[in-house]
Amino acid sequence: MSFWRAIALAALCAAAPALLAGEIPPEARRSGYSFMGPDTRAMQDDDTSNPGMLFVLDGEALWTKKAGSADKACADCHGDARSSMKGVAARYPAFDKSLGHPVTLDQRINLCRADHQQATPLPYESRDLLALSAFVAHQSRGFAITAGDDPQLKPFVAQGRDLFMRREGQLNLACTNCHDDNFDKRLAGAPITQAQPTGYPLYRLEWQTLGSLERRLRSCMTGVRAQAYDYGSPELVTLELYLMSRARGLPMETPAVRP
Amino acid sequence: MWPPRSSRRTRAAAALIAASLVFATGAQAEGPVPYRIAGDGIPESLTGAPGDATRGRALVLARTTTCILCHSGPFPETRFQGDLAPDLTGAGNRWSVSQLRLRLVDASHFNPETIMPSYYRADGLVRVGRNFAGKPILSATEIEDIVAFLATLRD
Ligand code: HEC
Ligand code: HEC
Repeated sequence: MSFWRAIALAALCAAAPALLAGEIPPEARRSGYSFMGPDTRAMQDDDTSNPGMLFVLDGEALWTKKAGSADKACADCHGDARSSMKGVAARYPAFDKSLGHPVTLDQRINLCRADHQQATPLPYESRDLLALSAFVAHQSRGFAITAGDDPQLKPFVAQGRDLFMRREGQLNLACTNCHDDNFDKRLAGAPITQAQPTGYPLYRLEWQTLGSLERRLRSCMTGVRAQAYDYGSPELVTLELYLMSRARGLPMETPAVRP
Repeated sequence: MWPPRSSRRTRAAAALIAASLVFATGAQAEGPVPYRIAGDGIPESLTGAPGDATRGRALVLARTTTCILCHSGPFPETRFQGDLAPDLTGAGNRWSVSQLRLRLVDASHFNPETIMPSYYRADGLVRVGRNFAGKPILSATEIEDIVAFLATLRD
């Protein structure tokens, strides 16, 4: 049985667990930005010093570039992203009716490439995919996150939450152990945040490049010595969805800067 | 990929995968040696010999051992200490060698909800990374060295 079908079935058999129980209340939710020092904040605040803006500019160029055997650009269907893409990223991952499960913004971009441009998918973490998703998500900067509100997403949010709460890896730690119970503390001197996914894709000084939320989740999994899930796997998508719904109300910051 | 909300099937599958790995490599995983818990401790050395406190100190400070990620202690040479866990200063006053050994082997014996990993355990874990599967975090010798060092932390 596929992962997605199993979730749909579980939703039929079991009442979905009460959402938001034991979670960070809305007024206490804080972006990773508020945990950073003044230099890193200044870097994010000023578009001319924010390295993520270079990717946004690349994405803007790709938006109007024709691609695939359909010889169409994103702009040919969607027009000016400044109006058509406003607020879109704040709702992702979103439920895809024909697939019957949620898809991330990266996956939506590749679905558009396959279905409407007849182009090959862009690899995860490739410069072009990061640039396009940074450009699209940038059109939501300042918008409050609302992902997960769609009632059809309920079982998938619950599944992501189960993953967030589950201990794993040789160190036997769950996301919740660090990001719900120990934010504001220090792990080997580095502040632990609430893991609010407000700024993705974002520029991490440690990476020296832009990276996706999935890249971040995979490195937390490797950190607890667990086998990280593959890019685009249902597990990462539901975790991403849960994190976005857990960040409900926080403003989008793409492209954010993090240490 | 595991089916949701069916931990028994997950565990069965994990056991199957673990078994087939051992079978495939034909080698015994470096699993923990048996030990005896008495009261709230493990009275005998896991190696049958006393540990080396100097090596133990170096291990506690090594990031790969992970202690210093959560704990702080009397280690003036490093700025990068954690504060998710108690300061280790004086641990040798608060705990006997036997208790310290059990704490490292399986901290959940003292507090089932603890976030402190069990350093000498290789079963009952979920999705352990390929490079770490079937092995405890630390070897018996490393545990004994760290226990010997912690016992010297007296104020
Ligand atoms: C042992 C502690 C620990 C565990 C367990 C852990 N993380 Fe993290 N996580 C960190 C640290 C440290 C960082 C880097 C600083 C920060 O942004 O919090 C981080 C960063 C993040 C971020 C980036 C936040 C931002 O502002 O960009 C997200 C999202 C995240 N973690 C999610 C998760 C998820 C999901 C899991 C479980 C699969 C997990 N973490 C498990 C310690 C942990
Ligand atoms: C992920 C976090 C974490 C890591 C890693 C960790 N510990 Fe702990 N440790 C704790 C917590 C939390 C406690 C408090 C008691 C409890 O919850 O079990 C604790 C308690 C202790 C105590 C008893 C403290 C006292 O004096 O009361 C000792 C000794 C100790 N740890 C040693 C170690 C050593 C040595 C290592 C590495 C081999 C280590 N710990 C790794 C979280 C951790």
